[in-house]
Amino acid sequence: MGKMVFLCDGDRCIECNACVTACKNENEVPWGINRRRVVTLDDGTPGEKSLSVACMHCSDAPCVNVCPTNVIYHTNDGVVLHNKDGCIGCGYCFYACPFGAPQYPQEGNFGSRGKMDKCTFCNGGPEETFSQAEYTKYGRNRLAEGKLPLCAEMCSTKALLAGDANEVSDIYRQRVVERGFDSGAYGFSQSFGQQQKL
Amino acid sequence: MLVKKRSGSANGPHILSTLSAAVGGAIDRRTFLRRSGIAAGGAALAAALPVGAVRQAQAAGPAAPAGKIEMRKTVCTHCSVGCTVEAEVVNGVWVGQEPGYDSPFNLGAHCAKGASVREHAHGERRLKHPMKLEGGKWKKISWDEAVNEVGDRLLKIREANGPDSVFWLGSAKHNNEQAYLIRKFAALWGTNNIDHQARICHSTTVAGVANTWGYGAMTNSYNDIHNSKLIFLIGGNPAEAHPVAMQHMLHAKEKTKAKFIVADPRFTRTAARADEYMRFRPGTDVALIWGILWHVLDNGWEDKEYIRRRVYGFEDIRAEVAKWTPEEVERVTGVPGAQVKRVAQLMASNKPGTLIWCMGGTQHSNGNNNTRAYCILQLALGNMGVSGGGTNIFRGHDNVQGATDFGVVADSLPGYYGLAEGSWKHWARVWGLDYDYLLSRFHSKEMMEATGIPVSRWIDGVLEPAENLEQPESLKGMVFWGHAPNSQTRLPEMKQAMEKLDTLVIIDPYPTVASVLSDRTDGVYLLPAATQFETYGSATASNRSLQWREKVIEPLFESLPDHVIMYKFAKKFGFADELVKNIQVNGEEPVIEDITREFNKGMWTIGYTGQSPERLKEHMKYQHTFDKTTLRAVGGPLDGEYYGLPWPCWGTPEMRHTGSANLYDTSIPVAQGGMGFRARFGVERNGTNLLAEDSWPVGSEIEDGYPEFTMAMLKKLGWDKDLTDDERKAIEAVGGDSANWKTDLSGGIQRVAIAHGCAPYGNAKARTVVWTFPDPVPLHREPLYTPRRDLVADYPTYEDKTFWRVPTMYASIQKNDFSKDFPLILTSGRLVEYEGGGDETRSNPWLAELQQDMFAEVNPYDANNAGIRNGADLWLHGPNGGKVLVKALVTERVGRGVVFMPFHFGGVFQGKSLRDKYPQGADPIVLGESSNTAQTYGYDSVTQMQETKATLCRIEAA
Repeated sequence: MGKMVFLCDGDRCIECNACVTACKNENEVPWGINRRRVVTLDDGTPGEKSLSVACMHCSDAPCVNVCPTNVIYHTNDGVVLHNKDGCIGCGYCFYACPFGAPQYPQEGNFGSRGKMDKCTFCNGGPEETFSQAEYTKYGRNRLAEGKLPLCAEMCSTKALLAGDANEVSDIYRQRVVERGFDSGAYGFSQSFGQQQKL
Repeated sequence: MLVKKRSGSANGPHILSTLSAAVGGAIDRRTFLRRSGIAAGGAALAAALPVGAVRQAQAAGPAAPAGKIEMRKTVCTHCSVGCTVEAEVVNGVWVGQEPGYDSPFNLGAHCAKGASVREHAHGERRLKHPMKLEGGKWKKISWDEAVNEVGDRLLKIREANGPDSVFWLGSAKHNNEQAYLIRKFAALWGTNNIDHQARICHSTTVAGVANTWGYGAMTNSYNDIHNSKLIFLIGGNPAEAHPVAMQHMLHAKEKTKAKFIVADPRFTRTAARADEYMRFRPGTDVALIWGILWHVLDNGWEDKEYIRRRVYGFEDIRAEVAKWTPEEVERVTGVPGAQVKRVAQLMASNKPGTLIWCMGGTQHSNGNNNTRAYCILQLALGNMGVSGGGTNIFRGHDNVQGATDFGVVADSLPGYYGLAEGSWKHWARVWGLDYDYLLSRFHSKEMMEATGIPVSRWIDGVLEPAENLEQPESLKGMVFWGHAPNSQTRLPEMKQAMEKLDTLVIIDPYPTVASVLSDRTDGVYLLPAATQFETYGSATASNRSLQWREKVIEPLFESLPDHVIMYKFAKKFGFADELVKNIQVNGEEPVIEDITREFNKGMWTIGYTGQSPERLKEHMKYQHTFDKTTLRAVGGPLDGEYYGLPWPCWGTPEMRHTGSANLYDTSIPVAQGGMGFRARFGVERNGTNLLAEDSWPVGSEIEDGYPEFTMAMLKKLGWDKDLTDDERKAIEAVGGDSANWKTDLSGGIQRVAIAHGCAPYGNAKARTVVWTFPDPVPLHREPLYTPRRDLVADYPTYEDKTFWRVPTMYASIQKNDFSKDFPLILTSGRLVEYEGGGDETRSNPWLAELQQDMFAEVNPYDANNAGIRNGADLWLHGPNGGKVLVKALVTERVGRGVVFMPFHFGGVFQGKSLRDKYPQGADPIVLGESSNTAQTYGYDSVTQMQETKATLCRIEAA
C-alpha cells in the first residue's frame, strides 16, 4: 500500500493560503479551526520563507501514543485519523504534536475545547465511507474517491505536494536536479549562507 | 470501550474499489499513485501534466443528497490569470470544487480566493432582494418597484439636467457580453459618462502602451514567461495579487534559470522569492528606468539593429536618458549606483527578458510616463515581439481586459474606436440603428463626441459647480454597477458627493461600501446582481485569451444577471428594441451567444471578430490539447490554434485565424498570430519614416513597412480581385475606397491582407516619442505630494488644466509643502485574501478569517519615532484631511519613511464602524478602514488615473 506524505517546497511556497481555503472549502471547516496553516519565517526581511503546515501523519505519531482513549489510529495508507466519538477533548495530542496540528472548536459551554479536529489527508474518518456522518464529522473522503488532498491539488505554485512518498520524492528530486546547486536548491542558501546568487 | 481502529478497514478497500469502478478496472494501484504524484507535482508543469486517468467517482459528494454530480467548467472571478474552476453541482447546489488540471493557465492551481469561490453556494452575506433606503431604513421592494422607481428618478434627472447628469459606472466583473451591452446601453441613454475599474488600475498602461506600438494590452502571456531568461518586475506583487502567475514565473526561474529582479518600494512576498531586490522611492519609476537605460546606452548594450528597423524617435530618448547619471538616479530614487549598474548588466546579458508591471507603476500623476519608459527599455533591449520577452502587464480583475476592450470607458466605444463621428457611424451600422437616432439621444453632437467624466473624478462631477465642468450640468444620479467606491481616493469628499446626489443606485451581489458611506436617509437603491458563477459568457484574461464560462448555479435569492437588469432598464427607458435589435431575448434575458455574435461583427480593430461562441466553447472543451508553454493546440480538432483565441483573432470565425499569442512577433506569419507594430500614428513625422524598415512578418508579400489597409490600398496592390462579391458589396456600403480594415463589416480586407501575409493594421515602428502627450518623451515628475521638496524645482509636476470635463490641479497642489506636517510617504496595494474593494471576499468566511484587521505597515524606525508599538492602534492622517484608525504592523517590509496600507477594507469610516448601516444580514464579516479615506488628490496627466502609490501621511499612536 502507499504511504501518504505531505511535502512543502520552501522555495515555491508564496504564502498565498490557497491550501488553507481549499481545506475549508472541501471539508466545510468552521471558523476558528485551521487544519492547515501557512507559517512564515523572517516575514518582511531578506530570507523570508513560508511553509504550509498541517498534520504530518507521522509514522510513529506522538498523538497516537499519548491519546488516553486510544482513538487515534493509522490507516493502511499511512494516514493518521481519529474517532471523534471517543475523543474527550483533553488536548494531550496537542501537547504531544510536534506541529501544532490538533485543533479544538471551542464549541461547548464555558469555552470548553470540544473534540479534537485535524487534517485527515482528505480521507474522512471511521464512519462509513461517503456517509453524511463521515462528512459532517471529518469532511470529504477524497482518497476514497481516488483523489488527493485538495490543499495540494490546488496549491498555486505546486509547492505543496501530497501523495505516495515515493512519488512525492521523485517529483522533488527532479526539482532539485533542475534547479542545480546554484539556483536555489532547498537548504543550499541556509547551509552556505548564499544570499546573493547573481 | 475500545474504539480505535488500527486496520484502516474503513478506508483502504474503498480506494481500490472506487477506482476500479471509475475506470472499469483498468487502473491499478500503481497508476493511481503515479497520478497522485503528477497531480500534486508542479515538477511536471510543462511536461507530463495531466494524465487524467482517474475520473470522478460516481459515489462522491457526501454532503450532497442523492443526485447526479454534474461538472461545470467556469473561470475564477478574481484576478486576470483566468484560472479554470471545475464546479461539482448536485441538484442545482454547488457541492464541490475540483482543480482544473486541463487549463493551460492554472494547471489546477488556485490562490486563497480561487480555492474558496464555492462559498457562493452559501452566499450568506449576499444582497438578497432589491431594497431602498426610506427614512434611514432599508426597505425590501420588488424588482418591478425598483426598476420603476429608479427609472422614474433617472428619467426625471435626464429630463431636467440632460443625459450627462447620470453616471453609469460599469464593471470589470461584467463578462464580455455584458460589458459590450452596458456600453451600448450608455450610448442609448445618451452619455459618455461611463467608466469602470480600468481607469484606476491600468488606464495609464493602456494609453501609454497603445500609443507606443498600437495595442494597450499584455503583449505575451503568463505561460510565455517560461521562455524568459530574465524577469524584471516593477510595481507588482504577483505573490499576492496574481499568485498563480508565480507558478509560471518560478517555473522560469527554476527551469530556464531566469534571473528574477523585483523593483518595488516594499520588500513584497514576491521580492522575497527574487534574485535581486531594488528598493526605490515611490513615484520615481521613470528615473529608475532611465538609470538602467543609461548604463545600457553608455555601454552600447542596446540592440541597434532592432532600433533601426522597428523603433522611432530613439535619439530623443538618448538625450533625456543622458541626464540620468548614476549619481542623479541615486539622488532621486535612492537606489545605489552599483545596483542599478548590475541590473542593467543582467538585463543586457540575459535575453529574452520580460518586463512586468502592475499598479505600482500605473497609479501616479505621471503614470503614462512610467508605462512608456518601461516599453522603451524593452525596445532598447530588443525584447519586444519575441517569445520570452514582451511587456507582460498583469491586469487586475478577471475581465478588466475585456471590459476595457469593450469600451466600458469614458473615452471610447467598443474596440477603441473612439468617439468621433465615424466611430459612431461604424457602431450604428453594427447595431442596425440610425446614426441620427443615436445623436438624438445625446445632449448635442459635441457631448456625443466629448470624452466623459472618468470614475476617478465622478465626485468632482457632483461637487464642482456646473460652470466649472465641460458638460451642461453636474452629476445628479450615480449608478454603481459592480464597482466598489472604496477603491477610489478622497472618501471624505465622496461621502459629501453621495449626499449631494439626487439618486444613488447600487447594482451588485453585495451592498458594498456605497450603501453605508453616506449619511443619506432616502434615495438610495440596492439591486442584487448575480455573480459570474450564476450566469455565463466569455471573459478575457490578461493575455487576451477569451474563456467561456458555464453557468454553475442559478442566481441566488432574487439576484439577476447584469444583462437581464440592463434589459429591464432599457424597457423602462424606452430603448429596449434598439438595445437588442440583433439579439434574441428569452423572457427578459438577452441571449448571450447573440451578443457575442454581434460584437464579432464590429470589433475589427483588435480582432475580437474571430471568437464565435462555438469556437470559444470548443476551446474550453479541448483545453487539454493545448501546449502549456506556447498555448498552441498540438493535434486534436483545434490543431495550431492558440488557447482562447487571444486577440487579435482576425477576420470572421469562418476564417479560423489562430489568435495571436505574442504580439508584434515577426517570426511567424500573420495567419498564425505574427505581426509587426501597428501603423497607428501616420506614415511619417517631420520627414522621418514611421513605418518599419527591413522588418516584416515572415511570409509577407510586402517586404517592407506599410500603412494600415484600406480598400484603395488593396486596389493599388491589385489584391482587390481576391475579394468575393459579398465582401465587395459590404465594402461599397461603407464607403468604397475609403473603407478600411476597421470599418469593413465583411472582414474581406482583413482576409485578403492576411492571405498575402500582411497584418491588416499595417507594419510600422514603435514610437518612443508620443507627440500627442503632455510629455512626448517620458519625464520624471515628482508626485503632487512629495517629501522631496529639494527635487520639485528640477522635476516639477504639470500645470493645472481642465480635461475629461473636470478641472484638475497639479502645480497648485505641489507648490505647497505638505511634508512638514505629513513626513511619511503613503502607498497602497493588495493582499492575497481579498480583492478590489473587498466586499465579496470580506463576506467569505474562509477568506475573512485569514485577515481580520485593517493595518498599516510601518518601518520600525518610523514606528519608534512616533511611539507606536507593533499591533497597537494608530491614526494615519492624510493631507486632504482624511484619517484612518488602523493596527500597526511594524515591519522592515517597508523602508524608512514609507507606510503601506492594503486597499480592500471598508465599512469603518474615520474610526466609526458603519456595520449597523448595512441591510440586515448583508454586512461583510470583516470591516475596516478604507485606505482611500486618507488617500489624496492627484491624477494622471493623460488618463486621470488616481495617484495612490505615492502620497504623504502622518502617523500617531491612537
